[in-house]
Amino acid sequence: MALKLSRVDREMLEGKRGEATRMAMSILVKTAEIEGAEELMDITRVHIDGAVYLGESSLDFAETFARLGARVVVPTSLNAGPMDEEGWRNLSVSEEFAEKGLRIMRAYVGMGCLPTWTCAPYQSGIRPARGEQVGWSESNAIVFANSVLGARTNRYGDYVDLCMALTGRAPRSGLHLSENRRGQILFRLTALPAALLQDDSFYPVLGFYLGKTAGQRIPVLDGLPTGVTEDQLKALGAAAASSGRVALFHAVGTTPEAPTLEAAFQGQQPEDVVQVDLTTLREYRRQMSTCSQGDIDVVVLGCPHFSKEEFTKLGRLVKGRDRHPGTRLVVMSSRSVRDAVKASLFWPELERFGVKVVADACILLSPMLRAEDRVVMTSSGKCAYYGPGVLKRRVAFGSLEDCVESAVLGQVCKEESLWN
Amino acid sequence: MELMTGTPMVEGNASGSALVTREPLSFWGGLDPASGEIIDRRHELSGQKVTGQVLVLPYSRGSTTASTVLLETIRVGTAPAAIVASCVDPMLALGAVVASELYDRVVPVIALNEMDFQRLRTGDRVTIRSDGTVERVAAEN
Repeated sequence: MALKLSRVDREMLEGKRGEATRMAMSILVKTAEIEGAEELMDITRVHIDGAVYLGESSLDFAETFARLGARVVVPTSLNAGPMDEEGWRNLSVSEEFAEKGLRIMRAYVGMGCLPTWTCAPYQSGIRPARGEQVGWSESNAIVFANSVLGARTNRYGDYVDLCMALTGRAPRSGLHLSENRRGQILFRLTALPAALLQDDSFYPVLGFYLGKTAGQRIPVLDGLPTGVTEDQLKALGAAAASSGRVALFHAVGTTPEAPTLEAAFQGQQPEDVVQVDLTTLREYRRQMSTCSQGDIDVVVLGCPHFSKEEFTKLGRLVKGRDRHPGTRLVVMSSRSVRDAVKASLFWPELERFGVKVVADACILLSPMLRAEDRVVMTSSGKCAYYGPGVLKRRVAFGSLEDCVESAVLGQVCKEESLWN
Repeated sequence: MELMTGTPMVEGNASGSALVTREPLSFWGGLDPASGEIIDRRHELSGQKVTGQVLVLPYSRGSTTASTVLLETIRVGTAPAAIVASCVDPMLALGAVVASELYDRVVPVIALNEMDFQRLRTGDRVTIRSDGTVERVAAEN
């Protein structure tokens, strides 16, 4: 069916509202046609992932729109950007990269975007309400918005994110529509040990497994404990959206669209039921590391960006400990969380341990490692997934406790008892 | 020679040798725009170059920065000649949509049905036409 445009949509497409808006609407219309949408719809806000530097085309895109005087028409937040705007000189970021990165950052802020620079906007006060129609990009932000907040967004890619922000419109299709949010495949967690389900490091492993197993279907988890935290769901979603393409999951009794199993499946039967067992998860956990022993150069935390609660946990773990001189510990976070943490009571302990906080950016997007770094350890399923290819380093995955212990010893150190 | 009909996501004409995977791929973190090499070390095509080939993959997974990567490969000339998927997937097409707007360069992206998709083998000579026709000449082996 052909895409039906409103009068205003047509005016935008015909260039009657400026060239920037015309280009944005043109890209948006093509995307909507590919999606098979029948029409466009209003969205209340946008989260932009595209403000990164991956080469000159990143600049061409941003500066073409900025030069044309483009302005966002809905509140628009920015994902982790090319670099830490204030602190990049303390990292291994070259002047040349910084010049390009700053140009990208200025272009997007100049178009009216909020300088949030975080991949966890939902932990920096940007929390769309249940049922709110939004246009979000960045895979972990999307799955969190849809699953944990119950807001509605499709899996939007970089660039169409700005197009939505400049027009306030999105294709009426996919996960914007109730009927497409029905659970499809049921994962039962009932056979897993209760202690494992309580542990933070279970969630990135479960996510890694879900992404690989769910394919294009919407997974429903049955058996998550009550009291599962937002940070655990964040880790789960981020891993599932890295190893796979999960943009929405339901956790029965936890997430807003799944008060019951029946509600998660909208009264229909699951297409498939999978009993998750410990042996399978153990194998996925093993695959998350490309390095299982030896010296570590850097521990990287905060992928997605660390929350205040995660910093509090880290503060407790490093208290009274000393970091190995050969191992650095970097935590990525938003500037708003960083500022709050620096004002907190546990900051001196983190500082004493030598925790380096990087705001605005992400190690996967901004050159932060030193040439001599060989091995990275992380508690993030997402960082573990992309690390070997993007960082060109060997990566060890472990719990937050493992990461701190390893930073103290300077070697990969993992507690296995929960997994046996 | 076999003729198939697909659903064009980005219309255009192209041909090349098929590079086929049945495993989804994230372009960001999976494809290096500078070299055109597949760098997802967990992917079965790790180490292969997509440049000038018809990349055949079921659908995207992972990062939404797929479009940024594809656009940059198109700008620097490391892009695949075309992309063939087993379903309609805007994430695979978006970089090519932006490239036609920004650089006036076309990399066709097309969806085949699952059965036709399964026919394609690495090394096949594949020609894609803007009307959605996909022509396959099987690799000799």
